[in-house]
Amino acid sequence: MCGIAGLIHRGKSSNVGNELQAMLQALKHRGPDSTGYALYADNDGENFILRFKVGENVGEGSSSINEDESVYDKRKELVDDMLKNLGAKVLKEEKLTPYSYRYEMKYDDDLMDFSKKIESIESVEILSIGKSLELIKDLGDAKVVLDRYDLGKVTGTHAIGHARMATESGVDIKSAHPFWGYPFSDVSVVHNGQLTNYWNNRRVLENKGMRFMSECDSELIAVYLAEKMRNGATLEEGMKDSLSGLDGVFTYFVATKDSLGMAKDTMAAKPLVLYESDDLVAMGSEEIAIRSILPHEIDTYDPFDGEVKVWQI
Amino acid sequence: MANLKTTEKKTKAQSMGLHSEVLTGKTQQKFFNPDEAENFYYWGTYDVDFNKRIDLDVNDLDCKEANKKIDELMSQGYGTIVIKNPQGKHSLGVGVLNKLNLIFEGSLGYFGVGSIDGPTVRINGRVGWSCAENMMAGKVVIEKNAGSCFGAAVRGGDLICKGSVGARTGIDQKGGTIIVGGDAGAFTGFMMQRGRIIILGDVGINLGDSMYDGTIYVGGKIGSFGSDAIESPMTKSDIDWIKRKLKVAEIGENFDVSKMTKVVAGKKLWNYDALEPTEKKGAI
Repeated sequence: MCGIAGLIHRGKSSNVGNELQAMLQALKHRGPDSTGYALYADNDGENFILRFKVGENVGEGSSSINEDESVYDKRKELVDDMLKNLGAKVLKEEKLTPYSYRYEMKYDDDLMDFSKKIESIESVEILSIGKSLELIKDLGDAKVVLDRYDLGKVTGTHAIGHARMATESGVDIKSAHPFWGYPFSDVSVVHNGQLTNYWNNRRVLENKGMRFMSECDSELIAVYLAEKMRNGATLEEGMKDSLSGLDGVFTYFVATKDSLGMAKDTMAAKPLVLYESDDLVAMGSEEIAIRSILPHEIDTYDPFDGEVKVWQI
Repeated sequence: MANLKTTEKKTKAQSMGLHSEVLTGKTQQKFFNPDEAENFYYWGTYDVDFNKRIDLDVNDLDCKEANKKIDELMSQGYGTIVIKNPQGKHSLGVGVLNKLNLIFEGSLGYFGVGSIDGPTVRINGRVGWSCAENMMAGKVVIEKNAGSCFGAAVRGGDLICKGSVGARTGIDQKGGTIIVGGDAGAFTGFMMQRGRIIILGDVGINLGDSMYDGTIYVGGKIGSFGSDAIESPMTKSDIDWIKRKLKVAEIGENFDVSKMTKVVAGKKLWNYDALEPTEKKGAI
C-alpha cells in the first residue's frame, strides 16, 4: 500500500509545492517510509535542471550502508569532471543535502549517453533531467521532505507525488518514487501496486539498452514507457499498451513537461479518486488527499478498470 | 454432532410454541426467553426519538472522535443526526446498531457506515471504497458516486447509489439489495452468495464472477460474463419487484425494467456437485 497524488492546473501556475505536500501529508498513513515530489516548475525552459545523488540518506529507518561523507565530495568532483568532459556547461550548482545536488546546465547532445556516463561513477544516480522537472525524493513524510529541500515556494503547472510504504525493496532513495523516465527529459512516474512480470520485462528492456537503478518494481513503468516513447509511441499510446504489457495490480501517474496521465489496471484493484474541472484536475489514492486542497464540496469519482486518461496543461 | 432431546421442563416460551426442543452438546443454542426479557440487552443500542434533531460538525474531529460523538448523541436520545463537513474522512458512522436518521452533508472516505444494523442513512456526496460493508439492516442512500467494493458482504437492507460505482460491487454479498443508478465497474457481484443487485447503467468485465447464488439485474451493456454467471429470463415477478424497489429508491422513474438482463449463477462449480456431504467428506 502506497499513496499517490497528482494535480494539474490548466492555463495557470500555482504553488504546486505546497499543494502536493498537503495532498501527500493526507496520505501519510498509506506510506510513511519515504516521500517523493515531481514538480513541473516555472523555470525559464532554456537550461536543463540536473538533480543527482552521490550517496544515500542513512538516517533513521534507512536500509542503506553508512558511508563516510568524504566519499560524497569525491564522487561530486568526479561528476564535475565528467560533465566537463561531456561538454556540459554548469551555470549554477546547489548542494541540497550531503548526498544530493541540483545543477542548472546547458547540454545539447544525447541524454542517454550523457546519463550512462554520469551514472558510471560509483553510487551516483541521476534523479531527474528536465527543463521544468524538479524531482525530489527522500526518507521521511511529505512535510519533512518539503522542509529539507525548501519546496514550499515552488510554483508550477502540475505535479505528481508518492508516499511510499516499502514492500519489495529497501527503504532508501534509490527505491523511492517518483522515477525519472530515463533517458527522456521531464518524464516522471509514480505507482501504487505490484508488478508481477518485473524480471521478464526488465531482462527484455535491459537488452534494448535501457537502465534500471533499483530493484523496485515500479521503476519498470518509467522504463517501459520511456522505451515505447523512444520507439515513436505517444505517451497515451505507451500507457494503453502498458495495460497488457505490465502484469499485476497498479494505478500509476505519469507526467511530462506539458501533460499528466493516469492508468488503472484491468482488475481495478488499486484505488484512485479523481476530481476534474475546467481549470484543475486533482487525483489521489484517497479522497482526503483531494480534500486537503479543495475543502469545499466537490464531485469526484473512481475511474474504471483499464482506464487511461491524459490531460494537457 | 449435537444431541437432540425434548426438554423436561416447559418454559413460557415453549408453552407459547416458540420452540419445543433444545440442542445440547458443543453447539448448544441459547433461545430468547421471554421470562428474562427484562435482562435482554442488545449492547450498543439506544432508544432514540426521530424528532430530536441535532447538527454535528466533524471538521476538526478524527473518525474515532466523530463516531464516539455520534454514539453519545444517540445515548442522549437524538434520533436525527446531521453530520456537517465530513470532508472524505474514513470510517464515519460505522457500527450504528439501532434505528436512526443519519444524514451526511458531504462526502465520506473509505468504510463509510460499515457494519450498521438498522439506521436510515443519506449521504449528500460521494463515498469511497467499501461503503456499508457488512450492513445487516437499514437503508443507505448515496446521492453521488461510490468507490469500489460497494456493499461488500452486505447481509440485509437496501444500499442505493444514485451515481456510478467502482469495481467489485456487492463482492461476497450475503443478502439485501444493492441498487445503482449509473454504471458499475469490473467484477460486479464477485462471489456473491445471496441477495440482489440492480444496475441501471453499464457494467464492466467479469460480471457475477464465481457467484454462488443471488441475482443481478443490468439495464445497460455488459462488458463480459464472469465464470459461472449465466443469463436467465426476466419474469413478471422480477419486473414487479424491481419497479417496487426503484420506486422506493427514488431512481429510474421512467426506466424500462422489462429490457433488463437478469444474471444468475450457473451452479456448475465444484461446490454444487451432486455428492452428499458425507460422500464429499470422503472425496476430500
